[in-house]
Amino acid sequence: MVQVTSPPDEVVEGARPVTGASPAPAPDAAGLGRARATGFLVPALVLILVFLVVPAAWTIYLGVTNYRLTGLAAAHPEVVGLDNYTQALGDERFRTSLLLTLQFVLGSAVIGQAGLGFAIAFALRDRRGPLRRVVEGFVLLSWILPSSVVAFLWIALLDRDAGTLNALLGIPGTAWLLDHPMLSIIVFNTWRGTAFSMMLYAAALENVPRSHLETARLAGASTWQQLRDVVFPRIRGHVLTNLLLISLWTFNDFAPFLITAGGPEQRSEILPVYVYKVALSGGELGFGAAISFIMLLINLVIALVYLRMLGRRKEPA
Amino acid sequence: MSAITMRELTKVYPGGVRALDALDLEIADGEFFALLGPSGCGKTTLLRTIAGLEVASGGSVRIGERDVTGLPPGKRDVAMVFQDYALFPHMTVRDNIAYPLRIKKVDRRTRGGKAADTAEELGLSGLLERRPGQLSGGQQQRVALARAMACHPQVFLLDEPLSNLDARLRLEARTFLKRLQRELGVTTVFVTHDQAEALALADRIAVMEGGRIRQVGTPTEVFRRPANTFVAGFIGSTPMNLIDARVHGGELAVGPARLPLPDDSHGQVTDGERLVYGIRPEYLDYSPTAVPGALTGEVVVVENLGSVSLVSLDVPADDTGPADAGSPAGDAGRTSVQVVVPEGAEPEPGDTGWVVPRPGRSLLYRDGTLVTATATAEVPAPRAGAAVRS
Repeated sequence: MVQVTSPPDEVVEGARPVTGASPAPAPDAAGLGRARATGFLVPALVLILVFLVVPAAWTIYLGVTNYRLTGLAAAHPEVVGLDNYTQALGDERFRTSLLLTLQFVLGSAVIGQAGLGFAIAFALRDRRGPLRRVVEGFVLLSWILPSSVVAFLWIALLDRDAGTLNALLGIPGTAWLLDHPMLSIIVFNTWRGTAFSMMLYAAALENVPRSHLETARLAGASTWQQLRDVVFPRIRGHVLTNLLLISLWTFNDFAPFLITAGGPEQRSEILPVYVYKVALSGGELGFGAAISFIMLLINLVIALVYLRMLGRRKEPA
Repeated sequence: MSAITMRELTKVYPGGVRALDALDLEIADGEFFALLGPSGCGKTTLLRTIAGLEVASGGSVRIGERDVTGLPPGKRDVAMVFQDYALFPHMTVRDNIAYPLRIKKVDRRTRGGKAADTAEELGLSGLLERRPGQLSGGQQQRVALARAMACHPQVFLLDEPLSNLDARLRLEARTFLKRLQRELGVTTVFVTHDQAEALALADRIAVMEGGRIRQVGTPTEVFRRPANTFVAGFIGSTPMNLIDARVHGGELAVGPARLPLPDDSHGQVTDGERLVYGIRPEYLDYSPTAVPGALTGEVVVVENLGSVSLVSLDVPADDTGPADAGSPAGDAGRTSVQVVVPEGAEPEPGDTGWVVPRPGRSLLYRDGTLVTATATAEVPAPRAGAAVRS
């Protein structure tokens, strides 16, 4: 075993042992030694390997085969090269699905959740007391309920014949889920996920000094000018982090399947639903894996774009 | 032209806290005016109500000829410098100074030129392209002042303008601020809890407590003749001695000692009346030997203040009366008296000393209010329990 503890005098001085700083320091801050530190890491690494890396690698492999759930190809999958990818990119249904997903992300995440979340946080920023607690309570409630429960509630709300919404509006017979499937799931996901953005922006707005807003007000700035000149420059990092997270979450969100199941006629078939239908309902595991990998790449691009913006903004400040 | 007039101004916060209590005040055009008081006295609320950042619950504010009570901050033609300067960190010094002009839709070239001119006046010329984070505290303050000056408001409001500077810089900034105000001649109101700052800067001072004004006057008036014991205790770097005394045969009795009555109290007091005798430590002379008309006691503490020392004596007091909770009385029948002693004459703790009030410098307070030859307008004490934020 390598040296396990730092000399006691080093601890008294409060000096963090750094490699090369003292004669024989432990190579880590906690002073565990390499062997024991590795021992602590191994279980986590094994779990990540088994449940994350291997399936991901397996997906990449499956994506270049004609592997199916049933039939001959299930027993003896053959490598088909990039056929799955060319097929997907040439497939009208895939391209439509990708377009719907972008609508879904833009509509429900960027505009819906981030926009509404910021609006609520900004409106409540100086409020204390019951109003704030009630609003925050309801918004949070929609976030913490299980998807299956929430999906059932929304089906009950939007139902054509016995739906709560039609009863409230007095227009029985409006088939929201059939006539406006994308609008339905966009509103649903906005409602579902606003809490996260609201909480993040509420915390971010605490960082905006009152005196800065008041200086702008004294200069005669409108609310919009105050947001542009004082608030957004101050919380830019929070905005980008928020957009990064909710874009990825929304891109991969499967909950709309529970409400519209991608229908009618694939008009609300976003990519996660499409993959599910192709791979598990249709049994084309190889093709599904290829699409999953494309989704992974798109996620990566989204993440990189946001991280680049975040990095660039940090420098001049 | 741009005097500020407040009538019956009241501010009650949600929750019932009465920060301003039917306050009347007039600030003259071009005046450098201080709002002074302890934390929670309402001075910051008053400044913010003038600015329009707080909405008055009652009463009115006029700036010049305009009633601005209902106007939003941006329409009042006032500029405020905040305690933390509130410079926008993502903008250059030039953009910060030009910001109010940008909001007023002045074109880019004109406002850039104006910002540069104002910056030059304040000695910031070389710093126009810097960001606030790259400036020292004193420079940041001057940028904040420049931003306030750039759009030529009718009134400047300064919230604790010197409190964020370190001690040495504060003195420099104080002189700078006073000269700047003289040159600009713009009505300026500033808030401070530091009585020395108020005395040094202001043309007139309003001393506030509990949402009310306890005294308004020039620094000299407020220092020499505090209208009540609150102001007496608040103004001065060493608080005024406030000693329980009794009128006795044309003299004042403090314990066994006899002191002459202050000049302007003759005919205003009756024999046997209990009063509070006020005298500043600076206006007492210390003597190591017995002198007539002096208070005498044992030296307890000697505090070195540099060129002078502050000496505390334990003086036998009027032991027949009930102890006044407001006076710095120690044990029953004894009171502490502080005196400023020049360099080289300091006694040792344990010595017995005599202190003589200088003629014309002592004051008498009846029920906390100054006794003078002419009856002064009585300022009532704030209602009890009126907690306020500053």
